[in-house]
Amino acid sequence: MANSTAVKRLVLRLLLMVVVMFAFGFALVPIYDVMCKAFGINGKTAGQYEGEQVVDPTRQVRVQFLSTNAIDMVWEFYPKGDQLVVNPGAVNEMVFVVSNPTDHPMTAQAVPSISPAEAAQYFHKTECFCFTQQVLQPGQSLEMPMRFIVDRDMPKDVKHLTLAYTLFDITARHPPVAANAGKDETRLAR
Amino acid sequence: MSAVIDDHGPAQDHAHGPAKGLMRWVLTTNHKDIGTLYLWFSFCMFLLGGSFAMVIRAELFQPGLQIVAPAFFNQMTTMHGLIMVFGAVMPAFVGLANWMIPLMIGAPDMALPRMNNFSFWLLPAAFALLISTLFMAGGGPNFGWTFYAPLSTTYAPESVTYFIFAIHLMGISSIMGAINVIATILNLRAPGMTLMKMPLFVWTWLITAFLLIAVMPVLAGVVTMMLMDIHFGTSFFSAAGGGDPVLFQHVFWFFGHPEVYIMILPAFGAISAIIPTFSRKPLFGYTSMVYATASIAFLSFIVWAHHMFVVGIPLVGELFFMYATLLIAVPTGVKVFNWVSTMWQGSLTFETPMLFAVAFVILFTIGGFSGLMLAIAPADFQYHDTYFVVAHFHYVLVPGAIFGIFASTYYWLPKWTGHMYDETLGKLHFWLSFVGMNLTFFPMHFVGLAGMPRRVPDYNLQFADFNMVSSIGGFMFGTTQLLFLFIVIKCIRGGPKAPAKPWDGAEGLEWSVPSPAPYHTFTTPPEIK
Ligand code: HEM
Ligand SMILES: [Cu+2]
Repeated sequence: MANSTAVKRLVLRLLLMVVVMFAFGFALVPIYDVMCKAFGINGKTAGQYEGEQVVDPTRQVRVQFLSTNAIDMVWEFYPKGDQLVVNPGAVNEMVFVVSNPTDHPMTAQAVPSISPAEAAQYFHKTECFCFTQQVLQPGQSLEMPMRFIVDRDMPKDVKHLTLAYTLFDITARHPPVAANAGKDETRLAR
Repeated sequence: MSAVIDDHGPAQDHAHGPAKGLMRWVLTTNHKDIGTLYLWFSFCMFLLGGSFAMVIRAELFQPGLQIVAPAFFNQMTTMHGLIMVFGAVMPAFVGLANWMIPLMIGAPDMALPRMNNFSFWLLPAAFALLISTLFMAGGGPNFGWTFYAPLSTTYAPESVTYFIFAIHLMGISSIMGAINVIATILNLRAPGMTLMKMPLFVWTWLITAFLLIAVMPVLAGVVTMMLMDIHFGTSFFSAAGGGDPVLFQHVFWFFGHPEVYIMILPAFGAISAIIPTFSRKPLFGYTSMVYATASIAFLSFIVWAHHMFVVGIPLVGELFFMYATLLIAVPTGVKVFNWVSTMWQGSLTFETPMLFAVAFVILFTIGGFSGLMLAIAPADFQYHDTYFVVAHFHYVLVPGAIFGIFASTYYWLPKWTGHMYDETLGKLHFWLSFVGMNLTFFPMHFVGLAGMPRRVPDYNLQFADFNMVSSIGGFMFGTTQLLFLFIVIKCIRGGPKAPAKPWDGAEGLEWSVPSPAPYHTFTTPPEIK
């Protein structure tokens, strides 16, 4: 009948499986990030774009801008215009305005999202306030330019893009020590 | 031999009966005692989770807010789901496994009896912790049994930390239970009991145990990430810090979809024992049943995003998960056809276990069909998060998992207690459950298709009639379960003496020992022909 070493060996193997699967759960986090980047899913945009492109005058794409405050975020936050019609390859600019109506300094982080999601990888930002965090003193407001290029290779059936920003209050996590925001050292991939 | 005898508690020499008094249950390492503990625990949780469902149905009896505040309603839907999944269905199957697997494979006990005791006693602790959150300031979990972030992180009530620890304890308990089942099946089979001679209940449990080992750690991982987000400033699921709430859903459903099969595969096994018995024919297609179970288990790992068709996954993703999900219908269909073929031209009788088993086949298939409708990605855009989904999963879980457990209980009760249960009352329990369950859940298909969202305490007037029917059915189903309690107690306390093999068509080693099964069985392994 069963001998105890066989049982022990089996149990150890099963425990190893448990540990591996626990680690796998955490491995899903980087796997997810890599997949999102590789396939341009979830509307995540990439970091700062360094390249340049030739303008394609024959094609036009409409880009709409949305701004949303995450719950409990009291700043005013809006784009100066709600849409632009742009040519792929050209550099365009939209200015976003934030202001802090409270009586204490606060830190904010804007998180962008593009829909349709498959267009995200063709939307390049050469300058964006979402690459950094914003610190505003009481009553201060700020105009923040955002420059972008729509890639010439973007699939032809995409004629209309929406860029949505959600602004989060991260004062608790990043107390506003300096008047100017520094680059976030945590895993900010945008 | 040595492994098992050595592990016996100090008070129990293998010639003895059970110890006396309460400590028998606290310290027991006997698989039958532990099986009984699991089953009773599960039944208590079934009644508690059921009473939460009664609150839900009472509030939904009429449109408008009458009985409970919306915040409490949310806690009820959440706790109902959590308690039924982790407290009622899963422990019931572990209880059945404890009782029946050693008897079915000719083993004297489970391979790891002391761990067995520990994995049971973790459960009352876990659920005491979970239920205590209802009495805490801010209330208990209110974010749904799927606890999507950021509802369960940024916006969670204070008590979420206790919820997380409760889930950890349940996870540890399930993992230990699963290890025990695998170790028992792979090491303690009587000589001659080859894998392909094992009863299907043993097979389906072996596969379920591997599913548990694969996905419970992932569940532990996801609640750990929540804990870190809430207390240690990480941003796994917080977009503000560079994380992503959608990631939560991927990790959760990577656990969650296999979990729904964890709740159904053991029932498949029990039904595959009961239908042949009352058809007086061997199971049709044993080998294909084994392979179908294994394929379902494998496929369950690659379909999780069918719960997430609307989060904005790319077209290829939608297509992949849609086809993979539809593919599950193939092995599931094989099983259903095998059960039907087993009954075909059999000499059928309809004792209570068989009634539940036949209802299982019919109603589970309805749930499978609504699953197929939901699996069609473009259609799911309309159905998602409506009562149609609620109808679907209650059709697979109530007549699937719960009827499977009822059928098993009636089938093996004579073996456990040594008495026959009251057949008339058993049939009454079946018919009331059958009618109540269909009255409750069938109308949900219609209100769901018409657009009634799930997890709401109030609804549009147009849904009023169907909801009232659902509530009446719900009260009927709920009350009926007290009858079940009565039947079981009556059977324990007396009744016609059960012979070793009370069902003339039954096959299997468990019927070769007397009824009630002696405290120690198969201390010398039986001979397998
Ligand atoms: C042919 C087999 C099946 C198919 C094709 C299927 C398909 C689906 C789909 C597509 C959904 C997601 C619906 C939505 O949220 O929009 C779903 C939900 C669900 N299914 Fe199934 N399913 C099947 C069998 C089962 C079984 C056997 C169980 C459990 C025993 C089950 C339990 C559930 C549960 C609990 C949910 C809802 C989860 C939640 O959001 O709370 N399903 N099913
Ligand atoms: Cu699923």
